[in-house]
Amino acid sequence: MTTFTPATAEDVLATVQWAVADEAPLEILGHGSKRAIGRPVQTGHMLDLSKLGGITLYEPEELVLSARAGTPLAEIEALLAAHGQQLAFEPADYGPLLGGEAERGTIGGVLATNLSGPRRLKAGAARDHILGVHAVSGRGEAFKSGGRVVKNVTGYDLPKAMANSWGTLAVLTDVTFKVLPAAQTEVTLAIRGLLDEHAAAAMALALGSNAEVSSAAHLPYPVVTRLAEGHLGREAATLLRVEGFGPSVAYRIGKLKDLLKDAGPLEEISGEASPALWREIRDCVPFVGSDRPLWRVSMAPADGHRMVMALRMQTAVEAFYDWQGGLIWLSMAHGEPEADLVRAMIRKFGGGHATLMRASEAQRAALPVFESPSPALAALAARLKAEFDPKNILNPGRMAA
Amino acid sequence: MSGLVLPKPDAATLSRRAEIVADMRIIVPGEGVVDAVSEMRAFESDGLTAYRQLPLVVVLPETVAQVAKILKYCNERTIRVVPRGSGTSLSGGALPLEDAVLLVMSRFNRILEIDYPNRVVVAQPGVTNLGITTAVEQEGFYYAPDPSSQIACSIGGNVAENSGGVHCLKYGLTANNVLGIEMVLMNGEILRLGGKHLDAEGYDLLGVMTGSEGLLGVVTEVTVRILKKPETARALLIGFPSSEQGGQCVADIIGAGIVPGGMEMMDGPAIRAAEDFVHAGYPLDCEALLIVELDGPAVEVDHLIGEVEAIALQNGSTTCRISQSEDERLAFWAGRKAAFPAVGRISPDYYCMDGTIPRKELPKVLAGMKALSEKYGLGVANVFHAGDGNLHPLILYDANKPGELDKAEQFGADILRLCVRVGGVLTGEHGVGVEKRDLMPEMFNETDLDQQMRVKCAFDPNHLLNPGKVFPQLRRCAELGRMHIHAGKLPFPDIPRF
Repeated sequence: MTTFTPATAEDVLATVQWAVADEAPLEILGHGSKRAIGRPVQTGHMLDLSKLGGITLYEPEELVLSARAGTPLAEIEALLAAHGQQLAFEPADYGPLLGGEAERGTIGGVLATNLSGPRRLKAGAARDHILGVHAVSGRGEAFKSGGRVVKNVTGYDLPKAMANSWGTLAVLTDVTFKVLPAAQTEVTLAIRGLLDEHAAAAMALALGSNAEVSSAAHLPYPVVTRLAEGHLGREAATLLRVEGFGPSVAYRIGKLKDLLKDAGPLEEISGEASPALWREIRDCVPFVGSDRPLWRVSMAPADGHRMVMALRMQTAVEAFYDWQGGLIWLSMAHGEPEADLVRAMIRKFGGGHATLMRASEAQRAALPVFESPSPALAALAARLKAEFDPKNILNPGRMAA
Repeated sequence: MSGLVLPKPDAATLSRRAEIVADMRIIVPGEGVVDAVSEMRAFESDGLTAYRQLPLVVVLPETVAQVAKILKYCNERTIRVVPRGSGTSLSGGALPLEDAVLLVMSRFNRILEIDYPNRVVVAQPGVTNLGITTAVEQEGFYYAPDPSSQIACSIGGNVAENSGGVHCLKYGLTANNVLGIEMVLMNGEILRLGGKHLDAEGYDLLGVMTGSEGLLGVVTEVTVRILKKPETARALLIGFPSSEQGGQCVADIIGAGIVPGGMEMMDGPAIRAAEDFVHAGYPLDCEALLIVELDGPAVEVDHLIGEVEAIALQNGSTTCRISQSEDERLAFWAGRKAAFPAVGRISPDYYCMDGTIPRKELPKVLAGMKALSEKYGLGVANVFHAGDGNLHPLILYDANKPGELDKAEQFGADILRLCVRVGGVLTGEHGVGVEKRDLMPEMFNETDLDQQMRVKCAFDPNHLLNPGKVFPQLRRCAELGRMHIHAGKLPFPDIPRF
């Protein structure tokens, strides 16, 4: 086992060219903070990008930031925060969820895994903010795509192809993201004690208003007790986040209160408690500290709670909802992922997909961690992989067997 | 046609035209096959009218099954296909080829589902961009991307081009507002990418399809996200003595953490042409005019208007008017929206360009354009999506004067080279098409372009779908797939390894 830690894009290229010539597969790593997601990769060599760091361009007024792929996300977020800006897609930190440290992860990993957070509803995911990439393909060729301006349709959008590709198409060396001003303030409105079904209706009502709700989550009992160190109590909490300029936030919260006055008891969560709560939801804190198999399910928001209710008839699960109910975190109480059952239920209730975010190595090796949507799509994905990495040397088997 | 080289027509296909037309009539019965030259004239160009070419035959299918059959038929017989939506492309993306079936999607014109709880609309690709908003506006919703052709352009075409519009700095491009598509590959396979849920289960093929200019597949259904209309919108009309001051004002607004719903800039010639045409009340003594629109709840809009006004004054604005009514807001926009026809009044023809630059380079690029204008002896007026740096220079020329179109095109190419030189790109929202195809090497090297073309090989290995667009040189997939192995031992003793 050799670990290569190149510090320049040229050395990344040389390493991949060597691997191509020797047909020596590489595991591609940043900090390895999400290494426990996906099918285990078994290669003789590792390409560790954590030394390929450095922010190379930051122009707040142009809303762009470029960095080498191995730059720590924390370094980028600190620099942006110092200028009142942010990555609006709120990349999650799954370190503790996967049994690792918090605040690890590189900007390249953010793109390769297409991270997002509760603001996904309004602001999108990494895929929606990536502007340009430099990368080395599995052919051992350095290429670029996209640019450094916020509006660009020149050629195919290969930066988006890198999103959620888990290092299987190319090794990212430089990335350019669109950055945005951070909201001046935020307030969260909580509706208490709702059943999942009523929470879904309340969230749909709120999101269908012009109160510009940026995040909507529902935490049933007992999941709610594991947030904010138990300060939310035992009643289910349906949370609506409103962000922006102070007077606007106050007005829109008032509007939401009026709209939801019959929905249930309302509470306002403001100050530092509001962003702290959304960080915990983002990082899936209610399911940290367990080793039960965990699914991250994406469905149409209105269908999520129906799928969960039907699933509960078949097996014991704990669940909570983000993205207005469209993102469902499912923790499997019996210790088995029950992949076929979960995926059958998703299909039955309108479709979507499920990623096995946490499971033992043996389970991840045996099951499709990522869902293959249809044979025709799987074949197209395999052809795309072959066009970038014909010898299958980049993270072989990480996404598909 | 000025110098544009399209793929050499395939003689065998041309000679089998009657047979192909007859077979198309079997696949698409009724009125859906057009082969008379007089009727095909309507399809010989798109929004880039400088280029015209009659297709082999025009086919207007009505069902996905028909699209799949047509593509499979053509794939098996190596017949080229050019897809077309409403034909509003400004880059020649839907320019027909002599030996290609023109696949027109305009009969796919139905809204299939409006789902308010999930805030999505499922539409056939021939529905117009504005048609989606019209279908949901009685409930107070709208579809955010608003290309200026929105009354005519199709949502399928928007996906193909990743269309933008005035509001995309705040609300995103097509790619950020499309959740799913159904599409047909050249081999006739029908695929679904995404749906009403968010994010892809594997590779982001939806992201790759969006903006692929009809080279990868034919879109047969689109699921888009709709938004609730903001409560109010107000605009400021701000004049500056120089483009530097206007540009700095834009930078300062964004620096202050404000992302306006729309932020447009016009230069002196564009201001004067628009004012002469629509009498919007634009100040004629300024060299840069900025329209800043703020939308949201009244309390937010009022608060931000004050901030923007202060920023404008700090940057030396000579005029700053704030709309006091919806009529006045629309009047501010009237001149900008009529800028193209207004320029059409002062010049027999104009050629609309579409580069994006880092905003801070605006003064340099405007100065460069002025020099080019003198060099070529042609006028230029500029409208500019100021928030995102997307320039639309309008080059003034007279097509009836021999050589002027060529000169206008060379002038345009020089402007785009300038955009790339300052860190920008060839096209912000109009697409590469045939128009900017031969300029691609200004921005990408051969390795970059080869990797792009390899993506095409995964979707359409025989280069049958919309060939001759986007890429300056067609290379066979077998050739692109060949590997050049850098044999030998580790050539880099310095790379740390453990």
